Amino acid sequence: MTSPPAIETRGLVKRFGDVPALAGVDLDLPVGGVLGLLGPNGAGKTTVVRILTTLLRPDGGTARVMGLDVVRQAGAVRRLVGLSGQYAAVDGYLTGRENLRMIGRLAGLTRSAARVRAHQLLELFDLTAAGRRTARTYSGGMRRRLDVAASLVAAPAMVFLDEPTTGLDPRGRRNLWRLLGELTDRGTSVLLTTQYLEEADRLADTIVVLDQGRVIAAGTSAELKTRVGGDRLELLVPPGTDPRPVAAAMHGLGPAPPTVDLEAGRVLLPITDGPAVLAQVAARLAEHRLPVADLALRRPSLDDVFLTLTGQSIQADEPTGARR
Amino acid sequence: MSVAESAALGRTSGASWLLANIATVTGRNLRRLVRVPTLIAFATVQPILFVLLFTYAWGGAVRPPGVDTYIDYALPGIWVLSIAFGASQTGVAIADDLATGMIDRFRALPMARSAVLAGRTAADAVRNVFVLALMTAVGYAIGFRFHAGPAAAMAAVTLALGVGLAFSWTFALLGLLVRDPESAGIGGLLAVIPLIFTSSTFVPVVTFPGWLQAFATVNPITVAVDALRALCLGGSTATHVWRAVAWLIGLLAVTVPVAIWRYRGTTAS
Repeated sequence: MTSPPAIETRGLVKRFGDVPALAGVDLDLPVGGVLGLLGPNGAGKTTVVRILTTLLRPDGGTARVMGLDVVRQAGAVRRLVGLSGQYAAVDGYLTGRENLRMIGRLAGLTRSAARVRAHQLLELFDLTAAGRRTARTYSGGMRRRLDVAASLVAAPAMVFLDEPTTGLDPRGRRNLWRLLGELTDRGTSVLLTTQYLEEADRLADTIVVLDQGRVIAAGTSAELKTRVGGDRLELLVPPGTDPRPVAAAMHGLGPAPPTVDLEAGRVLLPITDGPAVLAQVAARLAEHRLPVADLALRRPSLDDVFLTLTGQSIQADEPTGARR
Repeated sequence: MSVAESAALGRTSGASWLLANIATVTGRNLRRLVRVPTLIAFATVQPILFVLLFTYAWGGAVRPPGVDTYIDYALPGIWVLSIAFGASQTGVAIADDLATGMIDRFRALPMARSAVLAGRTAADAVRNVFVLALMTAVGYAIGFRFHAGPAAAMAAVTLALGVGLAFSWTFALLGLLVRDPESAGIGGLLAVIPLIFTSSTFVPVVTFPGWLQAFATVNPITVAVDALRALCLGGSTATHVWRAVAWLIGLLAVTVPVAIWRYRGTTAS
């Protein structure tokens, strides 16, 4: 007998009035894995998290967490999951320590276990010194860290993190990534939603791209990137220069003709053998005396994946703030 | 030590679990009561102001029958006024917990479904013990006296706490329904002020015009204040008290289950 997967959803549907938030979502996550849900605002990421953490009832389909049905066995699901929601939900008038102890008690820890656990988590999240202050005196990043710490109080088998690094500075983000790495090393399963492509790339074993309530792509980061093709060479012409002669000069160097972005003054040349092509490109530029401001070899990013799949950039929908 | 370290989990069901949850949430709210400036003001400055203002500003003009001093008449009403305003803060707090995602956090925990609301209203009851004692002490300093003996006085305080509990649950439900802290605050005031001034809180309802008297006599605030006044002043109390107790039980029988039902289905949106 095999143990059930951490997450298994089939045909998950949710509507808010007439607006379909989820239009049949299938997700799979093995125990100990990290699933990255990627998508712009309104794609349905938070709705998935709310259904899987028993906060919302789906209108159709099934959802199981650790083999338990999120509707019929909601109570049992709550004992196994930790949630860090989209905004830092901590009580500003309690200290960091009091917040963690309260959540610990409500999650089922004994009084002494809650105290010990609060102490551990404050230390892990670099909040020991701040632990005696009320959370309203914290910076946004500190509140966020306290919120993530609160989701881990009961050492849940499955953790849901809804945009966990929104509002964190680069150092705070890297620290959180390190802690999440440690979490998964211990066998905890994680679902995280993010708009940061780098984050999904770095943390998730499996990436699911959501757009308008549908899964538009799923796979490892590498698999998704192969869908947009291989590497490309990016040439930027000086401002005010026509990039088309540069593109014309590149013909025949790659498996496909180069594309031109007139506005950005950019030429993108798909290539298969980077270093060899680079020498030929340099030679042709010199031959035609074409000015180039910048020349770079680029691997496809998840942004390119999103662009290819939806025809729009995910960056156009970057978060504008911590709240929706 | 790690982020995934296993922790000692106790039981998460049964009556002792429910009581432990309520105690934890009550503790949270009591801490807030002594830390949030507006809540401190609602529990200290406002009740004292009400006692002094109504006694000195209106006491000279209003002379209800059957009492020697206006404060003997007014204090039970001022209790109810302060308790009602205090309870309206519970609507604000619950709406705030919804808006900030705290209720989502609580609902994703294996805690008892009624504990967030029960813990909030229990903390209100603790605050009301303090507020009643404070107002009564200030009242005593300026002439208020219990006239029906210690047993009736205790009964009056107990009944006032019951009124507070019913108000707290009512406002908790309001907070869950309106979902926005500011609307909950304004809604609370718009509910409390007309009910208070169309009741026997400050003046006998016989002085109202006929149509208003008809409403005032069935106004639950009148029922509560009349019962409290009877217990403080003496005289025939049984009918007043039973009517008030029936009102409280009726109100709680509706608001408690409906509020818990709303809580279960409510999520930040």
